[in-house]
Amino acid sequence: MIEPHLPLIWAGIIGTAVALYVVLDGFDLGIGVLFPFAKDDNERSQMMASIAPFWDGNETWLVMGGVGLLVAFPPAYAVIMPAFYLPVIVMVLALVFRGVAFEFREVGGHKTLWSIAFAAGSTVAGFCQGVILGALIQGIRVERGAFAGGPFDWATPFALVCGLGVVAGYALLGATWLVMKTEGPVAERARAHARLLLVVVLVFMAVVSIWTPLSIPRIFERWFSLPNFFYLSPVPLLTALTAYVGWRALEKNRDTAPFVASIGLFLLGYAGLAISCFPYLVPPSLTIWQTAAAPASQAFMLIGTAILLPLILAYTAYVYWVFRGKVKPGGSYH
Amino acid sequence: MDSVAALDPVMLARLQFAFTISFHIIFPSFTIGLSAYIATLGVMWLATGQERYRRIAQFWTKIFAVSFGMGVVSGIVLSYEFGTNWSRFSVVAGNIVGPLAGYEVLSAFFLEASFLAIMLFGGNRVPRWLHALSAVIVAIGTALSAFWILSANSWMHTPAGHEMRDGVAFPLDWFAIVFNPSFLYRLAHMLNASYLTAGFVVLAVGARYLVANRHDEEARTMLRMALGLLIILAPLQLFLGDQHGLNTLKHQPIKIAAMEAHWDGKEPGDFHIFAWPDEKAEQNRFAISIPRGASLILTHDPNGLFPGLKSVPPQDRPPVKSVFFAFRVMLGIGFFMIGAALFGGLLWWRGTLFRTRWYLWVMSHSWWIGFVAVLAGWIVTESGRQPWIVQGILRTADATSPVLGGALATTLVLFVLVYGVVFSFGIFYINRLINKGPQGSAIEPPKSLGGTLASAGDATREAVAKG
Repeated sequence: MIEPHLPLIWAGIIGTAVALYVVLDGFDLGIGVLFPFAKDDNERSQMMASIAPFWDGNETWLVMGGVGLLVAFPPAYAVIMPAFYLPVIVMVLALVFRGVAFEFREVGGHKTLWSIAFAAGSTVAGFCQGVILGALIQGIRVERGAFAGGPFDWATPFALVCGLGVVAGYALLGATWLVMKTEGPVAERARAHARLLLVVVLVFMAVVSIWTPLSIPRIFERWFSLPNFFYLSPVPLLTALTAYVGWRALEKNRDTAPFVASIGLFLLGYAGLAISCFPYLVPPSLTIWQTAAAPASQAFMLIGTAILLPLILAYTAYVYWVFRGKVKPGGSYH
Repeated sequence: MDSVAALDPVMLARLQFAFTISFHIIFPSFTIGLSAYIATLGVMWLATGQERYRRIAQFWTKIFAVSFGMGVVSGIVLSYEFGTNWSRFSVVAGNIVGPLAGYEVLSAFFLEASFLAIMLFGGNRVPRWLHALSAVIVAIGTALSAFWILSANSWMHTPAGHEMRDGVAFPLDWFAIVFNPSFLYRLAHMLNASYLTAGFVVLAVGARYLVANRHDEEARTMLRMALGLLIILAPLQLFLGDQHGLNTLKHQPIKIAAMEAHWDGKEPGDFHIFAWPDEKAEQNRFAISIPRGASLILTHDPNGLFPGLKSVPPQDRPPVKSVFFAFRVMLGIGFFMIGAALFGGLLWWRGTLFRTRWYLWVMSHSWWIGFVAVLAGWIVTESGRQPWIVQGILRTADATSPVLGGALATTLVLFVLVYGVVFSFGIFYINRLINKGPQGSAIEPPKSLGGTLASAGDATREAVAKG
């Protein structure tokens, strides 16, 4: 009964996991992107302290996304990973550096070294994620169900622009997170950064929104044919509205609203890309139905997900609640 | 560049995966055991109210945090490597292995990550009992993680509960898949190995402090707790390993033949203490053997027969040398562990444990033995499964991704460099944390001149460290 809908349900679950990842790890990767702009090591420690209890859980959504793809759409996983071999490996290596930096920077004497590792690792990881996203939208060469392209197929101007866009977007999430979660000079500087980044991110969103339909007819069709045009026009309008709300909130010195608005921007951009690509998991050839795992596998995993995912969300929320409030200058959770 | 591109992608993919997974397993095999130890300390502190338990728990929690961080990041690599290096494996086995890995993420990874945050940073923000409970939950999470990933791994050794359709495995019976024939043996053996690994690290650190006349109270507690556990678990591991071996004989007899370098199944097997298996000549050189020893162990009969390597064609045999020698390394360490634990128990019983300096000195230098045994054990079981990636279903050579040798060679170099740097710093920092020792300890009443000086030295060191 539920069987025919399983691929769609799983596409929804993985889509949600990736969205959660992008927003959650987005803000803590963004802190890394902003690291070089802090005044001194104390400020950097304060910035890091604001995310120390959260980053591990945030990054688990990346594992969930990768493993979820393997669970629900093994053939798509088997095409996407080899196609983006180099950016994927570079991304995980970058995550190694920035991940160990949290503890190494605390316990070791090489603060500067691990600050650099954290900043560079976070930035490179975000850039690679953007590149993978952009290259995926442009499509992967597939023959007889397997990746049939070269090792640098992903390195297109569009994908590189997407990489920069994601880095800017993460920096925006990071800056607004600092506005919400820190006090003192760090929060003040973050507010100034956030204003600048908001503009930059909007420019990137506009560029991608114009570039994709113009270069890919399938996406042009999706957005500009009737009646789709009317149904989908709220997406760009809402984006503009959210950006305006975020801007006003920054001007009025609100603490939480800018972060919420940044998340809104991310989700709208994400929705836009999902609309452009659906039902392809591997554009332009493999759909979610063509790459679905055995129904028995999708169903077995769905049972566990239905039970465990609400629990995960509950205790994740609890951890955010335990570590509520702002981190003061020189303060930490240690 | 041509020569790099011409490198064998299968070999490179294997080398890369072997390197990254070997690096990774070092950390879980330590943190599974260590989290259980920290949880025990937390519960003891709640139950007895004795401060030393809290101090020791805090000390090990710092080391745990560093090790766990390295385990997390090297684990993320693996969850993507199944696709980047083994995409055809993902297609053939994805329906089975995927959900098992998925359950690991959902039931363990999120749990560990969230409660680790409370364990590390929540000391002042949650009630005492919840802080202790977080450590317990993290320990359960690490064991759950082992449960699912070992189930997936065991299925690759002893696949069950599935059917093959057009070369792809489809699930039929999830219970049979999860509890496939080798799973419970592997789980028990590996969990016990983790507790042993952490046990010997704790023992070594305690012994190191006693040798150096530092942190006397904490060191004695560490020594007693570690030894109490090891006296039971080290001999138990021999039993669990034996049972696992018998299970392997039933399901993967050629792996056993390689472990024993047993060529001819028509003869009873000797146990080779040393030998140089010559795979071309299909015989052993320089063998020092216990006649019929292997037959006695495996069939409980000196005349018992078990399949030899020659019962399958050479292309179906695993690499004999690595399996054979890794098995001997694991076995040797296992017996050393039993001896060390029982002898320590004897000293404890006679009341001379804390004074027998040569024993403490040896133990303080034995922190690494569990790690080597775990690595050796994994080499035995994984090399022993070759040439299969999923026994009888998919050969490793047919499981790779369409990725060029040049790309694999480049990333292999990157992995070696990055992991080399991260590992060196990690070990360096952990060693520094150990040197620093448990913090906030009271200066103990002087027992001897040596003790007084050591305590004074400690206090100075701590004052310096704090300043």
